[in-house]
Amino acid sequence: MAQITLIEAITMALAHEMAADASVIVLGEDVGVNGGVFRATAGLSEKFGPVRVLDTPLDETTIAGVAVGMATQGMKPVAEAQFDGFVYPMVDHIVCHAARFRTRTRGRLTCPLVLRVPWGGGIRAPEHHSEANESIFTNVPGLRVVMPSSPSRAYGLLLAAIRDPDPVIFFEPKRIYRQYKEEVADDGEALPLDVCFVLRDGSDVTLVTWGAQVKETLEAADALAKEGISAEVIDVATLKPLDFDTIHESVKKTGRCVIVHEAPRTAGFGAEVAARLAEHAMYDLVAPVERVTGYDTHIPLFRLEMKYLPSVERIVAAVRRTLAAS
Amino acid sequence: MSIAASFEIEYLQYLDAEGKLVRNDLPEFAKDAKQLVELYKTMSFVRVFDSKAVALQRTGKLGTYASCLGHEAAHVAIGSAMHIDDVFAPMYREYGAQFVRGVKPREVLMYWGGDERGNDFSGPAHDFPWCVPIATQCLHAAGAALAFKIRKEPRVAVSVVGDGGSSKTDFYAAINMAGAQTLPYVSVIVNNQWAISVPRSAQTGAKTLAQKGIAAGLECLQVDGNDLIAMRTAMDYAIKRARHGHGGMVIEAVTYRLSDHTTADDARRYRADGEVKAAWEREPLKRLRAYLVAQKAWSDKHEEAWKAECEKIVDVEVNAYLETKVQPVEAMFDFVYADLPPDLQQQRAQVLALEKR
Repeated sequence: MAQITLIEAITMALAHEMAADASVIVLGEDVGVNGGVFRATAGLSEKFGPVRVLDTPLDETTIAGVAVGMATQGMKPVAEAQFDGFVYPMVDHIVCHAARFRTRTRGRLTCPLVLRVPWGGGIRAPEHHSEANESIFTNVPGLRVVMPSSPSRAYGLLLAAIRDPDPVIFFEPKRIYRQYKEEVADDGEALPLDVCFVLRDGSDVTLVTWGAQVKETLEAADALAKEGISAEVIDVATLKPLDFDTIHESVKKTGRCVIVHEAPRTAGFGAEVAARLAEHAMYDLVAPVERVTGYDTHIPLFRLEMKYLPSVERIVAAVRRTLAAS
Repeated sequence: MSIAASFEIEYLQYLDAEGKLVRNDLPEFAKDAKQLVELYKTMSFVRVFDSKAVALQRTGKLGTYASCLGHEAAHVAIGSAMHIDDVFAPMYREYGAQFVRGVKPREVLMYWGGDERGNDFSGPAHDFPWCVPIATQCLHAAGAALAFKIRKEPRVAVSVVGDGGSSKTDFYAAINMAGAQTLPYVSVIVNNQWAISVPRSAQTGAKTLAQKGIAAGLECLQVDGNDLIAMRTAMDYAIKRARHGHGGMVIEAVTYRLSDHTTADDARRYRADGEVKAAWEREPLKRLRAYLVAQKAWSDKHEEAWKAECEKIVDVEVNAYLETKVQPVEAMFDFVYADLPPDLQQQRAQVLALEKR
């Protein structure tokens, strides 16, 4: 088994599925010979040729629209949006078409595409390269919204996304693309697309997060453990549809919940988690739900971006507030 | 200075407004009066259907409806030139093309009557449904064409967009992709001169809409869209070369929207009666009928009998539509995902509980 990074796991999953299924096509800007600007598709063009690893014209509308058209005709396109901030021209095709072909045609046409989106801040990138825009898609019926946070989950969830019969927006937290390596077997085993992953058991507080923030949240749990505070950490992984049961079970045990995400606070996906807790877990809670999020500002250019992103300190402080409240 | 590139756009017409042949190189299909009569009958059927659909809307039995009045030649030519395994990506008024491809009138009525089942139609299962957002269907057709190319299938994708739609990013993106990848894709611009209230002249400074394909590296042609013979000839040519790997084509069908944009529109607010009256002189049925009568392939008697037959068929279709029961309320959940996620199962149960109260 190979020790690989998250981005290498993405490449491994793509290569596995392209070898297993001739209908899988990778398309996007610079995905061919260049292997993608992050190298997610490195080596695929050599292995599978320029027809199945297709450099498109430089137009996101084209990538999305063509992927939708292919998907309705029996292909499984895996389209790459080069950066999170470039998905907006794709939204029309994703929302108006990919998400609703099944319902519009009563199942006659479906759209099993995957849109891979390198996601989030913290890599000192230019403007429009650091967006946490997942909640734009979590409000759209018909989509699955997935975000892995480790090499093994990236491999298993991407396989599942490609095999899923419905369109999947697959956000890749680029800040942790190369954060660490772990052993991942290229065994073609997909992970379920409808469960949260409990990464750490705890009894005092539930920390709910996804994507790159899993890193800070686990570090916060370590820091809290040194003070004798036991934090359970949940990686939501599939935001839509949400496995609320796993979160609820945890909160029944801990009575406290801190939601951590990088996106702006208002109507961020944390608001959905908090609302469901208010609806279903009010009497399990012994303290108000806390959210540690990006601010309702644009993510600043990189000199200030780490001040914008949730930090270990902010997460720990939020946990302390929930403990002080009861 | 030397010339880096130059181009010209040809215009194709066989029948003038009076139904007189203006060329002497009639294609094979048009030499067969029987075939032309069949196409004429389809155009005529479409017009009867269209008028009935408008009447249904006016009497509250149909939702907003987009009439195809005046587009019959262009639409029937497109549908009849395509193979059944080709893929059609319409906008939302190409009934003529769809009927030729096997879609039932009752299914068209069902969609405009507020029922998604109209899109689960009897036409080819791979054809696209109506596409309301304007021009997005062009890229879906290009995507379908890319799928055919990758799988080495001898199939062609055809999309229709209006003059207004040809201003959209998606239209340009689709022909650009087709040029870059030599895709079997035919983009038909049915230029009916009006995008709701905005005239063709406000859409672009380009002399023709066909020439937009030049920048994408496609072959381009402007056609009299009211002339069935010219339209069918152009479509046959475009589809054949696409099928044989010679790439995409842009066809501008010049026609006129004789109706309002939809039944929710009142075109008298923005265009002169004189213009519409003049357009009626050029409409597609009249000239083909005159030609067929001159060929002794059609007569007033035929016309009367066929009209009566059309009325009968349309009545059957309308009744079938009117008798179609509303989908059960849970139908709104049934096709959101292949498998309904648990939170949606809960919402579905809530809706069912409300219904049972």
